[in-house]
Amino acid sequence: MMDIRTWTFLIVGLSFVLYIGIAIYCRAGSTKEFYVAGGGVHPIVNGMATAADWMSAASFISMAGLISFMGYDGAVYLMGWTGGYVLLALCLAPYLRKFGKFTVPDFIGDRYYSQTARTVAVICAIFVSFTYVAGQMRGVGVVFSRFLEVDITTGVLLGMAIVFFYAVLGGMKGITYTQVAQYCVLMMAYLVPAIFISIMITGHVIPQFGFGATLADGSGVHLLDKLDGLSAELGFAAYTSGTKSTIDVLFITAALMVGTAGLPHVIVRFFTVPKVKDARKSAGWALIFIAVLYTTAPAVAGFARLNMINTINGADSQGTEYSEAPTWVTNWEKTGLIGWEDKNEDGRMFYSGDERNEMHIDRDIMVLANPEIADLPAWVIALVAAGGVAAALSTSAGLLLVISTSISHDLLKRNLMPNISDKMELRYARSAAAVAVCIAGYLGINPPGFVAQVVAFAFGLAASSFFPAIILGIFYKRMNKYGAITGMVSGLLFTATYIVYFKFINPAASVPENWWFGVSPEGIGTLGMIVNFAVAAVVCHLTPPPPQDVQDMVESIRYPQGAGEAQVH
Amino acid sequence: MAFHSKELAKAYWRENVKLLLSLLFIWALVSFGFGILFADALNQFQFFGFKLGFWFAQQGAIYTFVVLIFVYVYKMNRLDEKYDVQED
Repeated sequence: MMDIRTWTFLIVGLSFVLYIGIAIYCRAGSTKEFYVAGGGVHPIVNGMATAADWMSAASFISMAGLISFMGYDGAVYLMGWTGGYVLLALCLAPYLRKFGKFTVPDFIGDRYYSQTARTVAVICAIFVSFTYVAGQMRGVGVVFSRFLEVDITTGVLLGMAIVFFYAVLGGMKGITYTQVAQYCVLMMAYLVPAIFISIMITGHVIPQFGFGATLADGSGVHLLDKLDGLSAELGFAAYTSGTKSTIDVLFITAALMVGTAGLPHVIVRFFTVPKVKDARKSAGWALIFIAVLYTTAPAVAGFARLNMINTINGADSQGTEYSEAPTWVTNWEKTGLIGWEDKNEDGRMFYSGDERNEMHIDRDIMVLANPEIADLPAWVIALVAAGGVAAALSTSAGLLLVISTSISHDLLKRNLMPNISDKMELRYARSAAAVAVCIAGYLGINPPGFVAQVVAFAFGLAASSFFPAIILGIFYKRMNKYGAITGMVSGLLFTATYIVYFKFINPAASVPENWWFGVSPEGIGTLGMIVNFAVAAVVCHLTPPPPQDVQDMVESIRYPQGAGEAQVH
Repeated sequence: MAFHSKELAKAYWRENVKLLLSLLFIWALVSFGFGILFADALNQFQFFGFKLGFWFAQQGAIYTFVVLIFVYVYKMNRLDEKYDVQED
């Protein structure tokens, strides 16, 4: 009988061998292969890679945990992230593919015939990508520190080395095929425990059905009704209704939707398929692959909630003796992510939403601890560790590529040194990726105390800047550079001011009574987007229309015919 | 100009936008509508053990999204062929 640690070494080690093997096999030879995998990737393969790219450590590790604690309100992430994908697939992907260049700043710069616009877009892309990649590195660190029992620093360094190796060597081609492998690993890691637990709790093999089914304990009570009952008993808001106001849920969902639609590392994926038709199809496949995880997550959240409350409070809801605490509690206590304080000094643990509560439980551990809570075999727990690492690595690789492309291509080649050769550009791209890995690793080891705030920031900024500029660029031929730039700047300023005020300057004032229209800083990107659209429309009508060649370019991206492979300039 | 005439180009784009808008209408209806604004009202109904509004918010909207994209792919390919602007 092997223990968790040995299994983790074995499974995570094997998955690393696989990723590196693929990277060596698919080494990039030219800038084009480095940026877009030679444009020759099958739509289903590309869809799978996009899904791995999209599902970050946050989706894998944190999301089900968040939902588990938020109940209904957790739907903002589910609908926000998948709904944003629909926007991307319908309104952006096919047209950007026809446009046929590598990056979002390229589109903004060419469409708005302005180096200023290009530079603003490059800076936004780099900022958003760094915010993300730091979170991914942190995720790798957490997984390693728990399951390999090394400190977080060693865990992050290990992750950095692996990502560096295959992102820098392989470029987009290597990344695409590695991500396919990572998708398979992370889906298995997510589904296996979910299915096990679904069978244990409800007797259903498919978690999506088990989620709505009756409990297998013979009581005939539905899982969700049981959770609502427990929530009421323990002083939480009902699981199926949540605590946020309707308007806030609406705005947060919308901000996440438009924010994710503007994420540069996902958009760039649509340049790697040969045709516009394939870009459309591969978006559909990607959403299927994503939906598998996103519909399982709320089920996992519900099961985990029930299991956690039952193991801590005991079947009779009187609390479990601390001396008999299950091993997952003691294991996670060592990492500091679970804490118990015996307030009524009865030696029993108790978890509730009111003054009887004695537990501190970090939301991020739910998915990782879930198989332990349910007492699943050690190899399942190791598999979850490998899945978490796969999710973090696949997303960081995609992001690193965006960072290095932004620097070598958008900043150097298009701006500062237009005459560098293909070979030099590739060298700059690789060095930029190397530097980016180091910075990301540093941020992972010493995370700024405000990671969560920074993430809200990144989404808000993407929603209020990129999204309207791209949409208007495609669907409104008359939009000119003055409108686009003033729109982006005012949307950005509006959103940034609101977030900085409530998150950094005066966090104490961040309560619903003080929010404009009851919209929290997480949801303000939606208002910022509206501001952007409004300003852009007004300014555009007061200034001259864009030149004829730009208008012709807009005409030509509106139909698929004649889309060659993505072009190097 | 890949279209045979300017009018055809306009007509193609109008049909395209119309398709987009109708799909986005459904997109908004299942997420913002059923999942959020009307969730409380729909929660009166039971659906395979779920309250209906809750189901839309955490499951149904996502399934609908997947279907929407495939409908879009199918219809757009047909539209491209109709106007003869598909890729070779």
